[in-house]
Order: sequence, then C-alpha cells, then structure tokens
Amino acid sequence: MSAGAALGRPPVRLLLPAGLAVAFLVLPLVGLVARTPWSDFWSVVTDPQVLPALRLSLVVATTTALCCLVLGLPLAWLLARVDLPGRGALRAVVTVPLVLPPVVAGVALLAALGRTGLVGAPLRDVFGFTLPFTTLAVLLAHTFVALPFFVLSAEGSLRALGAEYDAAAATLGASRWHTFRTLTVPLALPGIGAGLVLAWARSLGEFGATITFAGNYPGVTQTMPLLVFGELQRDPPAAYALSLVLLLFSVAVLVLLRERWLRPATGAVG
Amino acid sequence: MRSSARLRGRAVIAAAAALLPLTACTQAEPTETLDVLAASSLTGAFDALEAELEAAQPGVDVRISYGSSTALARQVVEGAPADVIATADARSMDAVVDASAVRAPTAFATNTMVLVQPSGAPQLRDLADLATVDFVMCVGSAPCGAIAQQLLDDNDVAAAPRSLEPDVRAVLAKVTSGEADAGLVYRTDVRAAGDAVAAVQIDGAAAATNTYEIAAVLGERSAPSDLAEEWVALVTGPEGRRVLADAGFGLPPEPAAGAAAEEVTP
Repeated sequence: MSAGAALGRPPVRLLLPAGLAVAFLVLPLVGLVARTPWSDFWSVVTDPQVLPALRLSLVVATTTALCCLVLGLPLAWLLARVDLPGRGALRAVVTVPLVLPPVVAGVALLAALGRTGLVGAPLRDVFGFTLPFTTLAVLLAHTFVALPFFVLSAEGSLRALGAEYDAAAATLGASRWHTFRTLTVPLALPGIGAGLVLAWARSLGEFGATITFAGNYPGVTQTMPLLVFGELQRDPPAAYALSLVLLLFSVAVLVLLRERWLRPATGAVG
Repeated sequence: MRSSARLRGRAVIAAAAALLPLTACTQAEPTETLDVLAASSLTGAFDALEAELEAAQPGVDVRISYGSSTALARQVVEGAPADVIATADARSMDAVVDASAVRAPTAFATNTMVLVQPSGAPQLRDLADLATVDFVMCVGSAPCGAIAQQLLDDNDVAAAPRSLEPDVRAVLAKVTSGEADAGLVYRTDVRAAGDAVAAVQIDGAAAATNTYEIAAVLGERSAPSDLAEEWVALVTGPEGRRVLADAGFGLPPEPAAGAAAEEVTP
C-alpha cells in the first residue's frame, strides 16, 4: 500500500475521465432520488400491486441464483479443469446470452420453449403443458440470461486458484469428486460468491426476455421492472418511487455482500 | 517493410475518405422532416399516407413512430421532438392537452374491438368462452386495454387474461404467432393481419368505440410547423378519410366546408 506514495501523483489525464465516469454513473441515481415524490412515497409503495411484484422479483432472483449455482458450477469446473476438445467453442456458446439483447433472448426462448416452439410444441402435445405465461417461464428466462455471468465469474476463480493442488490431491488418493468438494470449491468461494451476486442482480433487473417470453400479469409474471414499465405510462411519479425501491434493494444486497464476496481473491490457501 | 505498411495504411484511409461523399449520393437530401407519433393501431393507414405525402412532395421525409398512446403522450409531455401526435383515445390526448403541448386536437377516426383467434382454431362464440382458453389483452393504461376491460365487465366475464401486453400490435403478434389462443384487438388490426386470424364479434363493442384524436405539437416556438399542419389536414381531409375507411376505421361526420369550423362557430 505504501508503494503508492513512491509512484507520485496520479496523472490528470487519468483522473479527469475517471471523475467523469463517476459523475456519469452517479447522476441518474441522484436524479432518481431527487424526482421521487416523497409525499406520496408510502401510498405508492403500499399499493396492492407492488407487494406481489416485489415478492416475485425477490423470490425469482434468489431461485435464479440457486439454479445458476446448480447448473453453472459444474459447467464452470468443466471449462476450467477438464481438457475438453472444443473447450473454446463451448465457452463461446456459454457467453452468447451475455451479448444477446434481452428481447432477442426472449424471442429465442419462445422459438425453443414457446407453444409452437422446438421443444415447447411436443411438450404441449404430450403433456398438455405450456411454459409461457407461467412463473416457471420467468425463472427460465432469468436463468438463461444470468447463467453466463455466474459461469464466467466462477470459471475465472477456478482457473486462477488451486489447479496445482488437484494433482497433489490425486497422488494422495482423493477422487476428483472429493477434491472438488473439499478443495476446489472452498478455494474458489469468492469467485462463486461474486457470480451468485451478479446472477441475482441480473435477474432482479431482467425485463426484455421476461416480457417477451413469460408475459406480464400481476402476481404471476409481473416482476418489479415490468411493473415500473407499466406505471411509467400510467403514473410517472409512481414509477420513480418504485424505481427507487428497486435501487435501494440492489444497493442493500451489494453492501451486505461487499466484504465477504466482492473482495478480489488473494490466492491464499484456506 | 514498416514504411510500406504505413503507406498502405495511408492509402486505405485516403480511399475511404474519397468514398465518403458517395454516402450522400444514394438519395436526395430531405429538405424537411416530419416526426409523427401515432398509436400502433394506425400502422398501415399512416404508412399509406406517408407514402402519399412523400410522393407529392419529394424532399419531405416523414418519420412515424408507433407505440402505445399513453407512452407517446408521456413522451410529448416530457418534450420529445415530435411534430404531430395521434392517439387512440381522448384520455391519452388529454394528458398532452393538459400540459399545453398541442393545439386543440381533432377527432379523425373511431375503432371497434373484436376478439381474434388464429385462423383454423375451434371458434369461440363470445366473450364467455374466454374462460376456456389462454387469451391476452392490452395493459389497462393503454386505450385498447381500457376498452377491453370495459367490455369484459359489461359482459360479466370473470376470466382473467394470461398477459397484459404493452400495445395492441403486441397482442396481435401473440395471437398470430400461436402463443395465445385469443386476443382482444381492434377491427382494423384484424384487417391488417389478413388470413392469419379469424375474428369474433363482441356484444356491446359497437357502443364502446374509442375516438382517435390528432394534434400538431406546439414545440419550442409555441406554434406547430407548416408541415405538421399539412399532415393533420391530410389525415382529416378526404384522402385521409378514404385511407382510414379502407383500413376499417369508422369516421366522424365530415367537417363543415371551409373547415376551421371549430374556431368559426360560436
């Protein structure tokens, strides 16, 4: 830390753009707080449609994070520790939802899982079950867009830490599963934790894929972003208040998890 | 080797710069642009009128942005650079009028709601049958949603839609793509969708029509542009009425001859 003093003052040509970036990021949030109708805040927030939307958003976000853990951690481990042919291509495929515009992701999900979709049509014919317009569809859409965030974060951590111990553990007689459970995962915990936070946050803010694939109905598929979008047309001040609620939740989670999970991994064992 | 690479680089840049003026040569530069915000149900009709105006006046570029009337009204109130706004009901236009952003609006069309299904599906008889299918409608804040809800209430239908879509064309898209069994849209949307859908008349829909209103936006100079007034005149005049009638809209009574009628009559 004290090495910084020896390097001299930070150059203005770096400080200036950095300051601009901070202002650019903070300004909309300040604007939101400034335009929130504080006198009506409580009545807006206790409106009957707000609680179902908030509950749905939080429940789906948490479930999405768990699904990303269950599905994403094995995939991240595969990408990081197993020498597969075509690993690069697999990693590229995993990254696609990251760069796909959310509405396009929704259209793609419809094409696969909609009533007339590739898998959705047989699903309907055989089981009579359709996915769109259900809460499950919301979960699927959120997991689809959030999974790359988790996988990339966890994979980065898995690759950086502990690979050298796999061989040592093997010579000591540990199976790969045992090594994974007792050695790999604990070492990669910060990256996994960061990935969970990212997935949770991405799910909380997800809009395009949800409204396209799952639809918009209070209590079933209407998450907070969808409610805010609807309110923006009907009652803009209410939309500001609801946006602030969402912002406060997000900030609270980030602050709570800041110390434990978002600190960059140091590489120390244990 | 390095100097030849630099020379090649400069040649590429020079060639690109030489080609740049060609980008302007594809068509004549528009001398005037007109920004129109219109309810999504006006899509086909306004596109036809746009083609007519641009053909009659080369050099004029009409840019139409379609969407939910309430969203468009909000945009105008927030100061979006539009010249004309056309909404699907008076309530959306009221928001703009209350903000003093427009001249007095003119009613220019009416529309009626119908029930649509994908063609070939077993036909529903009336709104009561909606309890047996997955149907969608517009969100309540949009004009189409307000009327749809009113019709459901009038017919004592307790069934709830599976989704509330942002605008009427989104509802139509859900039906034509097969994702929903039925939807509540306008008669004009049925005509626009052609053979893809089949319509079912709704009891009481004829009494629950909505009135479309159009107004020129005042903008920064507190006066609408000449082009905006031309567009309003086109839409409310004989040519506009013909195009709207062809699309399936109902029409208000003809304005009196010498039609600054609203200001003339006491």
